Amino acid sequence: MIPELGHLALILALLLAIAQAGFPLIGSLTGHRPWMAMARPLAYGQLAFVAIAFAALADAFLISDFSVLYVSQHSNTLLPDIYKFSAVWGGHEGSLLLWALMLAGWGAAVATFSRNLPLPVVARVISVLGLVAIGFLLFMLLTSNPFERHFPVPPEGRDLNPLLQDFGLAVHPPMLYMGYVGFSVAFAFAIAALIGGKLDAAWARWSRPWTLVAWVFLTIGIALGSWWAYYELGWGGWWFWDPVENASLMPWLVGTALIHSLAVTEKRAAFKSWTVLLAISAFSLSLLGTFLVRSGVLTSVHAFATDPARGLFILIFLCLVIGGSLSLYAWRAPQVAEGGRFGLVSRESALLVNNLLFVAFTVLVLFGTLAPLIYEAFDLGKISVGFPWFNKMFLALAPFLALLLGIGPLARWKQDDPWRLTRLLKTAFVLSIAIMAIGNLPIVSGGAAWVPVGLALATWLVVAHLHLLRERLQHKQAGWPRALLADLGGNGRSFYAMVIAHLGVAVFIVGVTMVSNHEIEKDVRMSPGDSHELAGYRFEFLGARKVDGPNYIADQGHFLVYRGKRQVAELFPEKRAYLGGGMPMTEAAIDAGVFRDIYVSLGEGVGGGDWALRLYYKPYVRWIWMGAVLMALGGAIAVSDRRYRNARARRSAPAGVLDAKA
Amino acid sequence: MKARQKRLVLIGLALVGVAGATTLALSALQSNISYFFSPSQIMASEHPTDAVFRVGGLVVPDSLARQTDGLTVHFNVTDNAAVVPVSYTGILPDLFSEGQGVVAKGRIGGDGVFYAEEVLAKHDESYMPPEVADTLQTAHVEHLIEQTTGSLKQ
Repeated sequence: MIPELGHLALILALLLAIAQAGFPLIGSLTGHRPWMAMARPLAYGQLAFVAIAFAALADAFLISDFSVLYVSQHSNTLLPDIYKFSAVWGGHEGSLLLWALMLAGWGAAVATFSRNLPLPVVARVISVLGLVAIGFLLFMLLTSNPFERHFPVPPEGRDLNPLLQDFGLAVHPPMLYMGYVGFSVAFAFAIAALIGGKLDAAWARWSRPWTLVAWVFLTIGIALGSWWAYYELGWGGWWFWDPVENASLMPWLVGTALIHSLAVTEKRAAFKSWTVLLAISAFSLSLLGTFLVRSGVLTSVHAFATDPARGLFILIFLCLVIGGSLSLYAWRAPQVAEGGRFGLVSRESALLVNNLLFVAFTVLVLFGTLAPLIYEAFDLGKISVGFPWFNKMFLALAPFLALLLGIGPLARWKQDDPWRLTRLLKTAFVLSIAIMAIGNLPIVSGGAAWVPVGLALATWLVVAHLHLLRERLQHKQAGWPRALLADLGGNGRSFYAMVIAHLGVAVFIVGVTMVSNHEIEKDVRMSPGDSHELAGYRFEFLGARKVDGPNYIADQGHFLVYRGKRQVAELFPEKRAYLGGGMPMTEAAIDAGVFRDIYVSLGEGVGGGDWALRLYYKPYVRWIWMGAVLMALGGAIAVSDRRYRNARARRSAPAGVLDAKA
Repeated sequence: MKARQKRLVLIGLALVGVAGATTLALSALQSNISYFFSPSQIMASEHPTDAVFRVGGLVVPDSLARQTDGLTVHFNVTDNAAVVPVSYTGILPDLFSEGQGVVAKGRIGGDGVFYAEEVLAKHDESYMPPEVADTLQTAHVEHLIEQTTGSLKQ
């Protein structure tokens, strides 16, 4: 009964979405206030019904109702309760429902936190979100209904893919989807502005915090995915340039360009058309990501069994969204007034180059990801593009981005003096060269040319941003500690947010440079009592024994790791066999540290108590995720800047009056 | 500089950048792509002898043999029409098993054995890489035709 209620709630949500897409938009075009005012209640209503559907599915999982096909495919009575809940989005249908829930959630959030916005703008934004919701709800109801029943009812479910029975992957998809779906708000604001024909600084200020929040979620989502792949897949890598990873990276790259370009639009009213285009692209790439993941057109380690009808639906949806929004753009963009002019050496120029680099990299990643499809379409054979290609492209662009990142924030808006910048950056330059020289010593670089470059770029970033901090604080009369406090309590937060995020980039660079050039990986065969030396650590294998988990049995290895005479870690890697589906899974054991990880993963028993296993030494690998966390933290602090709250407080009174009248 | 000149400089720089990036991307692509060949295509010698490529198909049941060093494994890959022996040193992915689809990347030796540098992993038991699915179907159909025409002749 409850699954049918969930199904019904989805259908009602679709009807509400149709109303939400129609009435407020028409109202905003004809100036009919009551219709515009329907936007908010409809957005709340949609959230309520999608939430009911989601709760119904979660209930079916928690009570193990295997008469629901989706539940029987992704759950099992032995599954711990927390994974029964996360199994809701462990498959295609459920993750779409989660996506729809988040979309409705973002819609309701816009409805709640937009009291300072003019009603027609709110009506249009919520209408566009309604249009997107129609697409996803239709997709779910037509091709991927999570509530489908089947008979006869199996006594036991097929079990959740063991790879997904993990905390990291329980939270990774929701975070990622929050980011993907969050870009729909930036998209909706852009489309609403195009419909209204009013692209101005106010529009940028409204859509900036939303875009930032989406970007923060996406950053965390990608970092979690990378971290999960590192510890859960047992092969020790943190990024594989797999199509599905690229699908999440592309919206992130464009999203990063977008938050920078929005800054220019807000502060200088420039780059307006470009910003709109980026907002459209970020969301379109999120949709493309879904298409790639869900259609199975590309070979990917992430790919799950798929259905061609679904791919076709998303492809049509994608074409409608991209085609529709670009036509609207082509029609409206020429009317957009030209923004503020700027000199060749200026903050605007730096941000323009930043944007070009991000977009160029996105295009390259897109090309590399789709190349197998292109080759196949032209009958040139079935190819795959290896990750060295992506690494090469990344290394060709990233250093320029890092160099620019040291200069851009110091440059003044509109026009700057190249000599002033040179003077400011002198110390950073000298220190970077010094670090490069140190990094070039064989003991540091180990002969890898990228080590000195990476370290020098990180130094360059850090020193340049320290200059920036000093510049800001030395002009305050009250002394720097008070100036700092005043800044943090008031309008200055976004400045420190930027510094933190940019320092995150420096930390990320150090992590990537060190782990890529100094990691050591070795496949070995060990008998109980054997020892193996790796990077100055001695791994002693004490043997493996059987252990029982809640829904699996495992072989658990026992390792002692010594550095010299001192024992530094005791590791218990496992090889699990899950009872539900019988799928084997490797559970690596990691001794994590700020400067290095030691990592052991069991391969397979090769007889006589011997094991084939893999040993890793991963220096600075944590810095990669620390960098991502700092970037996300910066984004979060920027959202909390008082500028956005002030706007709300100032405007709330008249908006309330209008609401009352409506 | 006038605004117009500035714009020209910027556009020029952008064009140079785009041209540079395209050249770099395409030239690097040539050395970094690997083609896919089915066992039948390898049997017909359509594969490159001096380059890395991928082979895919089903792991022939009971063909998996571990060598004495404990790390090297041999197994056969088939598309239901032809069989290619594969040798791999290292740890096989979790979902590797006999009778299941597999894709390996490496090069072929003078002895006709495919020496894999990498056996590609997958995340789901029921997932079949599209290349493998394609070749399996065709090979299977051809195999059926062969069988039926063979029986007709008898």
